[in-house]
Amino acid sequence: MTGGTRSREAAAGDWLVRGARVLGGEPADLLLRDGLVAQVGRGLSARGATLLAADGLLALPGLVDLHTHLREPGREDAETIESGTRAAVLGGYTAVHAMANTEPVADTAGVVEQVWRLGREAGHCDVRPVGAVTAGLAGGRLAELGAMADSAAGVRVFSDDGSCVSDAVLMRRALEYVKAFDGVVAQHAQEPRLTDGAQMNEGVVSARLGLPGWPAVAEEAVIARDVLLAGHVGSRLHVCHVSTAGSVEIVRWAKSKGWRVSAEVTPHHLSLTDDLAAGYDPVYKVNPPLRTAADVEALRAGLADGTIDCVATDHAPHAVEDKETEWAVARPGMLGLETALSVVVATMVETGRLDWVGVAERMSVAPARIGGVGDQGRSLAPGAPANLVLVDPSARWTVDAAGLASRSRNTPYVGRELPARVVATFLRGRPTVMDGKTA
Amino acid sequence: MRRHLLSAADLTRDDALLVLDTAQEMARVADRSVKKLPTLRGRTVVNLFFEDSTRTRTSFEVAAKRLSADVINFSARGSSLSKGESLKDTALTLEAMGADAVVCRHPASGAPHRLAGWIRGSVVNAGDGTHEHPTQALLDAFTMRRRLGRLEGLAVTVVGDVLHSRVARSNVLLLATLGACVTLVAPPTLLPVGVEAWPAEVSYDLDPVLPKSDVVMVLRVQRERMHAAYFPTEREYSRRYGLDAERMAALPDWAVVMHPGPMVRGMEIASDVADSLRSTIVEQVANGVSARMAVLYLLLGGSHPPDTSSGGSSSGGFVPGGAER
Repeated sequence: MTGGTRSREAAAGDWLVRGARVLGGEPADLLLRDGLVAQVGRGLSARGATLLAADGLLALPGLVDLHTHLREPGREDAETIESGTRAAVLGGYTAVHAMANTEPVADTAGVVEQVWRLGREAGHCDVRPVGAVTAGLAGGRLAELGAMADSAAGVRVFSDDGSCVSDAVLMRRALEYVKAFDGVVAQHAQEPRLTDGAQMNEGVVSARLGLPGWPAVAEEAVIARDVLLAGHVGSRLHVCHVSTAGSVEIVRWAKSKGWRVSAEVTPHHLSLTDDLAAGYDPVYKVNPPLRTAADVEALRAGLADGTIDCVATDHAPHAVEDKETEWAVARPGMLGLETALSVVVATMVETGRLDWVGVAERMSVAPARIGGVGDQGRSLAPGAPANLVLVDPSARWTVDAAGLASRSRNTPYVGRELPARVVATFLRGRPTVMDGKTA
Repeated sequence: MRRHLLSAADLTRDDALLVLDTAQEMARVADRSVKKLPTLRGRTVVNLFFEDSTRTRTSFEVAAKRLSADVINFSARGSSLSKGESLKDTALTLEAMGADAVVCRHPASGAPHRLAGWIRGSVVNAGDGTHEHPTQALLDAFTMRRRLGRLEGLAVTVVGDVLHSRVARSNVLLLATLGACVTLVAPPTLLPVGVEAWPAEVSYDLDPVLPKSDVVMVLRVQRERMHAAYFPTEREYSRRYGLDAERMAALPDWAVVMHPGPMVRGMEIASDVADSLRSTIVEQVANGVSARMAVLYLLLGGSHPPDTSSGGSSSGGFVPGGAER
């Protein structure tokens, strides 16, 4: 494979990707020129273009993450926009939505524009800042949603993620207000009183381990209320990190009513269960918590049948001292950007529940649509922006925490062997990853 | 027994019986004028207590000293812990000091498990959050066997705040291992979701259970739980679940009343019950020293019950774990 040592200037030129299986179909050549997919066909040639032999590789539209924590501003010890987006492109992402629970909170045009600008300067992938729903994430009054929408950052997704917009009136107002700029409220569904002091899923395991439980109903009750509100006021609603079988059923029901509800699931909720808490290692502590095998099965089925629209990583880096402690004081959250595609392949593709067209839909097309990212998640056809990822579906790799690009190490997959490897990622025709390393 | 005692579930039936038999031998040491065995001479036992507990800490201290070990008391107050040092850094400090065993009491469930991953010595869980208190279960079982002569088939009723009780969790596990039959009694709010999976019966009603109980173990109930709506008032709790004289009279003649302490007289247990002949509360304290001597001995010193008539053995090595639980 050529192209690894080219200078930025030459690499900004044309690329001829030869023999890639677009969405798992027949091998084809793609000519990338001026940031677009210029041609798709067999036996293409292009003078001056850099050749990238892609035999045996899949070509997918660049992945889009609706839910990432880049930690900057405020917790640059755990991650920066630069390191987080570097992790993203290695995972095949060409756009990430950066959640608002930074320090200071992204609840003003000023902060979202800072995040957006830092994303552009890092230059790895597009960073779409998410705006907070309430000022300071305090759940008291609305943040200036319009100002954030009108800012250079062009915010369209609003979320208090980390916290729940639990006040019913405030949630109603937010759902209504964002209609003015075609925004969407993404809710972290967690009834605060029912989860006061909660540490892990409430069930047989938590009873044995003596850890206060986080009951499924605390998520489901909020989702039930929110879908009814969205239906009533005619707004879009996006449900973050669905984690229980009951939540999937509620979303399915809401969609059957024609309400504009979308939902995401994380790779870890597709693959891990609450019994992993048994050794009290906080690498498995996350919010919402890991649930039971029955929940995992319902989430997989929901993602396969489209009740759950997309996979979102909820990439949540944490400094060592926030994870290497007793469970009760550890911060919840897991890394996800660099392992997401592999976990989806392991849990959905290798089990026959999703084909590559489905993977593209769930990890690129749908998230781009929900987030309003017009130039992403598009078909790899002539005229489309050249945002794509080349994947080796037959590769296997072992997760080494120290080898990840993230500044943090809190991945639950340490030592596990995962399928599929990102070989190259292109952002508007420029490689951001080549030969599995950042370009 | 393996290297640590973190949970009552760590003990097989053979392990548990060995601890009880060893405790019996250790109890004889208490009757001697020179209350010492040389077994752990030169070994260092650290009491790492992040929660106030003079009773349990003293119990472990006496136990370790009777085995001739050096004891260091490390309490959260007045040490670098109060300045925010992490559990891991504290562990590494103890490791550098050469602690052979760390007896740990901590408000967070699972803290001893984390500790066990960071030190080479043995970790004894002296109570972690609402998870377990294995040496309490051992001294309780020892007490029952002493008073009633057996454990197999014994009907044990545990009444109180099961949800938040590490004593309940350890007792349920250990008594099941030893073949006793446990019934848990509490208001529904104080029983964990998932209790159905425990090796115990469950009842919301104390009175019908009493005539069939060989042992009633009364758990502490914190008054403060009232403010989180676990029960409406102390009075209502006491009326429905408190062990008063009238309820005690409903017990079989041979039945005993136990309490891990500290008790709130008038709340979960009436004064006259606590002070009655059926009550094992005071001897539980003495048995605590014997049980803890047994645990320390078996973890650090020997693999067979010591021959205390000749001053005790000091062979090394551990009993293999036996059948997987």
